[in-house]
Amino acid sequence: MRDAIGHGVSDGDSVCLAGFTHLIPFAAGHEIIRQEKRDLELIRATPDLVYDQLIAAGCARKATFSWAGNPGVGSLPAFRRAVEDGVPTELELEEYTHFGLIAALDAGASNLPFAPLRGFIGSDLPDHNDNIARIESPFDDDDVYAVAPIEPDVAVVRAQRADETGNAHLWGIQGEVKIAALAAETVVLAVEEICTERTIRSDPNRTVVTSDDVDYVVHDPYGSHPSYAQGYYGRDNDAYIEWAEVASDADRVEAWLDEWVYGVENRREYIEKLGVDRLLELEPDRDYATPVDMGAYR
Amino acid sequence: MNYTNSELMVVAAARELDNDDSVLVGIGKPNLACNVAKRTHAPDLRMVYESGTIGSNPSSPPLSIGDPVLASGSVSIEPMRNSFNYHLQAGRLDVGFLGGAQIDKYGNINSTVIGDYDDPTVRLPGSGGACEIAGHVDRTLIVTPHSARRFPEAVDFVTSPGYVDGRRGREELGLSGGPEAVITDLAVCRFDDGGEMYVDALHPTTTREEVRAATGWEIPFADDYGRTSEPTDEEVRLIREELDPDGLYTDRE
Repeated sequence: MRDAIGHGVSDGDSVCLAGFTHLIPFAAGHEIIRQEKRDLELIRATPDLVYDQLIAAGCARKATFSWAGNPGVGSLPAFRRAVEDGVPTELELEEYTHFGLIAALDAGASNLPFAPLRGFIGSDLPDHNDNIARIESPFDDDDVYAVAPIEPDVAVVRAQRADETGNAHLWGIQGEVKIAALAAETVVLAVEEICTERTIRSDPNRTVVTSDDVDYVVHDPYGSHPSYAQGYYGRDNDAYIEWAEVASDADRVEAWLDEWVYGVENRREYIEKLGVDRLLELEPDRDYATPVDMGAYR
Repeated sequence: MNYTNSELMVVAAARELDNDDSVLVGIGKPNLACNVAKRTHAPDLRMVYESGTIGSNPSSPPLSIGDPVLASGSVSIEPMRNSFNYHLQAGRLDVGFLGGAQIDKYGNINSTVIGDYDDPTVRLPGSGGACEIAGHVDRTLIVTPHSARRFPEAVDFVTSPGYVDGRRGREELGLSGGPEAVITDLAVCRFDDGGEMYVDALHPTTTREEVRAATGWEIPFADDYGRTSEPTDEEVRLIREELDPDGLYTDRE
């Protein structure tokens, strides 16, 4: 991860740490903080704790988003301090709805000049974002909104497993992982397990990104904590609740970053510090999908 | 009857749902309401979440709309692009639950900022999928506490359109559907022919004066306004024993 972030992410880049509650790239976010990257544009429909931590650490200049909150808990204190008071830095906003932002990434992934959608109708949001425009249908008198493409410099995406070249299997909630990877210039893929190519080829419907689109493959077990990886570990809800308290006080944020980000060398140390009891509490019971018969055709 | 105001809100919301509805659910009371409906009068109710899970059947109360219990055992999990495109925009969902920091007399909802957008007093989370839900489902249900601060005559920012400036205003934008009911801790409100909110039923112990005082404009009452039906023993039992045993969303002691 150190190499992938060190080589993949530059100051000033637009970065999408993808995921919808599930498979959030926390380890990558913490590595970005440790490497003191600056002036980043943070892109994601649902900036959550990891973006709050990046903002609190002074890494961000802009957030491109559609819902900025702590899922199931409340708001993002560092995000709010930046927007309301410019602390620790001013934060420019480029705001969408979920569908608007996903459509913009899709335009980027599809090499299109815009994506049309029936979103934003009746909302005040288009007045505050120049990348949202009302357009007429070329075929009848209907009209829709269009969003300009979003093409992040870097996307970090996570999946449960991948082979060494970056063909990745993901199950559970997929969010915008695929289009973020396809829209981005550089892709860092981090996974819970490295598997064989044969495993990937045994179940190709489960593949979310292929090696052609991946620049760095990182074996990064528990790299989503305190978010979750379906089938591997659950969401550490206590950590989300704890962040709401910690982040409400800028001094406590500093102490937290010192302890959990700057104070550890890498994800392995973070996990060791977290402790085996906590990880075991997050472990789900096993519940395998019924195997499918792909058939052997000759 | 022994029940809390939150339990009453959950049950009142559940009763708005029909057996063949597909519902875009939210976390907390909407999720409980859908599960109460599913286990009483609407067993075939299809629960869909913004995270793309279709036909979820959560075994415990999800703490966020991306919770793993919503994925396990669902009938399908769509990438976000697909769920918003094919399911929501294409009109495959009947009902959506919404909340917000401000709701005005036409059911327009603000979940973006209090004050000026560029210099906000309070920065809120933003739309998420709410704007699209408000625009594309047939009936939106708003579940929220009732206070004058939360119910101003006009919202500071329209995140999600209700009846805009009246039913005609919504039609002119090409939007069908609209808010069906606003379920608060004091009353159940609905919208008249012009698209303005009125009180349809007061909760069993609420007075007209309480609702007036907690609403930022002179909200009208239906001539024959009624009283919200109390939860049944079975509905209360479901919530307490099965759906929200820790009282996370129904504020029990």
